[in-house]
Amino acid sequence: MTEQKEFEPVIIGFFCNWCTATAADLAGTSRMQYPANIRPIRVRCSGSVDPVYILRALLSGADGVIVGGCPPGDCHYVSGNFKARRRMSVLKKVLSNLGLENRVWIKWISAAEGAKFARVMNEVTEQVKKLGPNPLKSQWSV
Amino acid sequence: MESNAILPVRKEGILGTIRTFLAELLDKRLVDSLFVPLELPGRENVVPTIVTSSDLITAVNPLAPIMSINSARLVSRLTGTSSSPQKVAIVMRPCELRALVELVKLKQASLDNLLLIGIDCPGTYSVNDYRRLIKENVFSLNDLLSNLTEGKEDPLLRNACQSCEYPVPLKTDFNLGLVGMDINTGIILEAKTEWAQKIFTALTLKEVSGDDRKAAVTRLISRRHERRETFFKHVRQDIRGLENMRSTLAACVNCHNCRTACPICYCRECFFDSPLFDFEARKYLSWAKQKGALRMPTDILLFHMTRLNHIVTSCVGCGMCTEACPNKVQVSDIFRLVGHELQKSFDYIPGRSLEEELPLTTFREDELSEIGL
Repeated sequence: MTEQKEFEPVIIGFFCNWCTATAADLAGTSRMQYPANIRPIRVRCSGSVDPVYILRALLSGADGVIVGGCPPGDCHYVSGNFKARRRMSVLKKVLSNLGLENRVWIKWISAAEGAKFARVMNEVTEQVKKLGPNPLKSQWSV
Repeated sequence: MESNAILPVRKEGILGTIRTFLAELLDKRLVDSLFVPLELPGRENVVPTIVTSSDLITAVNPLAPIMSINSARLVSRLTGTSSSPQKVAIVMRPCELRALVELVKLKQASLDNLLLIGIDCPGTYSVNDYRRLIKENVFSLNDLLSNLTEGKEDPLLRNACQSCEYPVPLKTDFNLGLVGMDINTGIILEAKTEWAQKIFTALTLKEVSGDDRKAAVTRLISRRHERRETFFKHVRQDIRGLENMRSTLAACVNCHNCRTACPICYCRECFFDSPLFDFEARKYLSWAKQKGALRMPTDILLFHMTRLNHIVTSCVGCGMCTEACPNKVQVSDIFRLVGHELQKSFDYIPGRSLEEELPLTTFREDELSEIGL
């Protein structure tokens, strides 16, 4: 019997330049391990992530999407993170019609929290592994 | 601050009463022009029109059950670039008024110098259904209006209208009320703002109480709520889950007509028409290779889901998207249900007030902790 290969999810990360992307750097320079399943994309602000980018990732077959922003009160652009959170709540409701609402996250990780970054990425990857592959991955007609 | 008066219905009928009121506004120079639904010469269509003289008043017909376009779009066309320099009385259905309020909040229209005149809405038929009734000479305005005032169902009404919980306008200067009235003898004119009060005084109308009507309006709306719940039950079964959603959208050809007809979708350059969607051949071929096949045109689900994300919190449920669909995809059912759920979660009713901020432009710091921490 051949050994079945463990499911390795693809998770897209939209990380804000000022906090979460810097935290990712800190995690790296501090030699903290986080899964290679995360494909980070640096953005100027979590508030600049239009839902269409998250949707496009999911409908193209990404297994999960995480948006990382500054902690409340610390947004470099004052309130981008709060607006991003509202958008995320709309997105989750829309995605619930497709059964994909548990594949998206928004997390506040400050530039100083390299350890939190590594922990959150591990958690998210574990959760996506439990969910299994995105059912849209093999759908050609969407 | 609200004054009410009964406008008597005489032998010219209810339309005569409404026309007389509007003509008076023009003739007494209380407004400079009207923006009203006007019958085309063959009567088979009724279209939003700017009218500057009362000569055409006999063609004014805000009660015809037809909405070929949500006229909020056109008020946006009229006032989006600069506000109106003259006083214009705008006669609209409740869903058009609500869409207009949303467009004002989205900075796509200006209410300066616009006198909003709402009207209790008997609902509308599809454009071709209405045309057929007129051509066959079988349309009865009386039946239509008594269906509204007596709360009876009319299976020919568009889906969106049958379960509409806003048959009475929310935000207006004047409202022409039919519900709770004996429409053979009179309709009620409600003056709701300072400007309307001034006109009310200038027209020397006799003030009456509007209390009888209130109970009837409440009854009608609660019946509509029941109907909406039944409607939503079916819609939930139709759209929940990937397979159901896919089947609901199966006939979509990505023509974007629903977006064009939508009064809320206002972007001049839609993301979906941008060069970001001009892909090279090798891109399509590589996607096809990944999945074994690729439906063309691509991104149908993405289009609808994105439009939901962008505008559903302001969706007024007018149903123009479904009307515009060449293949009868029930787009508006999706938007009504998802919109209702989301608007409720933000305690937001599109078109209720100009002061309430759009859910996606505002926030509270201490909210939604279950979504993001």
